Amino acid sequence: MNLWMWLLLSCLLAYAWKLLGYLVPASLLRNPRTSRIAGTMTIGLLASLTVVNAVASGQSLVLDARLGALAAAAIALWLRAPFLVVVIAGAVAAAGLRLLGWD
Amino acid sequence: MGLDFDTAEPALVKILQSPAVRIGLSISIATGLYGVSFGALSVTSGLDFWQTMALSLLLFSGGSQFAFIGVVAGGGSGVAAMGAATLLGMRNGIYGMQINALLQPRGWRKFAAAQLTIDESTATSTGQTDPDEQKRGFWTAGIGVFVLWNLFTALGALAGGALGDPKQWGLDGAAVAAFLGLLWPRLKGREPVAIAVVCALATVLAVPFVPPGVPILVAAVVAAGIGWFSHGRSDEGLEPDVDPYAEDHVHHHHHDPARDSRGERTGDDA
Repeated sequence: MNLWMWLLLSCLLAYAWKLLGYLVPASLLRNPRTSRIAGTMTIGLLASLTVVNAVASGQSLVLDARLGALAAAAIALWLRAPFLVVVIAGAVAAAGLRLLGWD
Repeated sequence: MGLDFDTAEPALVKILQSPAVRIGLSISIATGLYGVSFGALSVTSGLDFWQTMALSLLLFSGGSQFAFIGVVAGGGSGVAAMGAATLLGMRNGIYGMQINALLQPRGWRKFAAAQLTIDESTATSTGQTDPDEQKRGFWTAGIGVFVLWNLFTALGALAGGALGDPKQWGLDGAAVAAFLGLLWPRLKGREPVAIAVVCALATVLAVPFVPPGVPILVAAVVAAGIGWFSHGRSDEGLEPDVDPYAEDHVHHHHHDPARDSRGERTGDDA
C-alpha cells in the first residue's frame, strides 16, 4: 500500500512537470541554465541507474553476470542495434554467464 | 499506396502520405514494442500487474518508469524511487515548453498534449518544419506510443509474471542493458561522456555509505551542479531516446537533426 502511494505521487509529479511546460511563459525556455540542468541531470541519472543496476547489491558492490550484460549491451549499441535487441542481448549475456557458472 | 485509394479515400491517403504521420507511426511501433521489456522487468522487480499498468498509463515516460522500478529492484524505498523518476521527468517540462510554442494547443487539448509529451512525440514534431506537419507528428507519435506502449506493457507484465526466477532468464541483465540503451543516444561528444563518467563514479562511491536508491539521487545532485556551474550547450542531454529522422540523414549521422531544428526554432521565437 505504501508503494502504491509513492507510485501514484510519482505519476502526479510526472504530469505536473509536463503540464508546467504548457503553463509557464515561453521565456523560461530561453533560460539556458534551466534546460541545461534538465539535460545534464538526464545524463547523470541514466548513468547512475546503469551503474547501480550493474554492480550494486544492496549496500555492497559486486561483480557478477550483470557485468557481462553491460558489455553485451554496449557492443549491441555500438553496432547500432535497436533498443529491444539491446535489452535482449543483455538478458542473454547474463543468463548465459550464469549457465556457465559465473554468478 | 495503390492508385485506387487516391479517388476513393483522398483524405486518408493525404494523411498517410504525410511524412510526420509515417515517422510517427513507425516510432510508435518501435517504442511500443519495448513496452514488453518494461512490463516484464516491472513485475520481476516486485511491482504487481496493476502497479505496472499505472506507471505506463499515468506516469507514461519510459526513462522515469524504468528509474522507478530500477530503484525498487535494487531495494530502494518508495520515496527514493519517486525522487529518481521525478528528477528524470524534468526534461519533459522543457519538451512541453517547446511543443506549446509550436502547436499552441487550446482548452482540453493542452491537458491531453501534456500527458503525451515525451521524447518520441517531441522528436517527431520538432523534426518537421511545416506547422501542420509538426501537429500531425506530435499527435500521431504521442497517441501511437501511448496505445502500443500500454498494450505491450500489459503483455510483458503477464509474460514476466509467468517466468519464475527472473535471474535465471537474465532479466537483471536486461535492466542494465535498458538503462545503457536509454543513456547511449545522449552521449554525443566529449562533455556528455564526462558527465556520465563523473556521475557513475559518484554512484559507485556512494553505494556503500547510503541506503539503496539514494546513490542515484546523489548522482542527480552532482549532475545538476555540473549543469549549473559549467557553460556547455544548453540542450545537452535533451536529445530524445530515439532519432526518428536517422534514416533521412544516413549520409551524415554525426549530425543531430532533432537538435538542429530545435536550435533554429528557438532562434525563430526570439
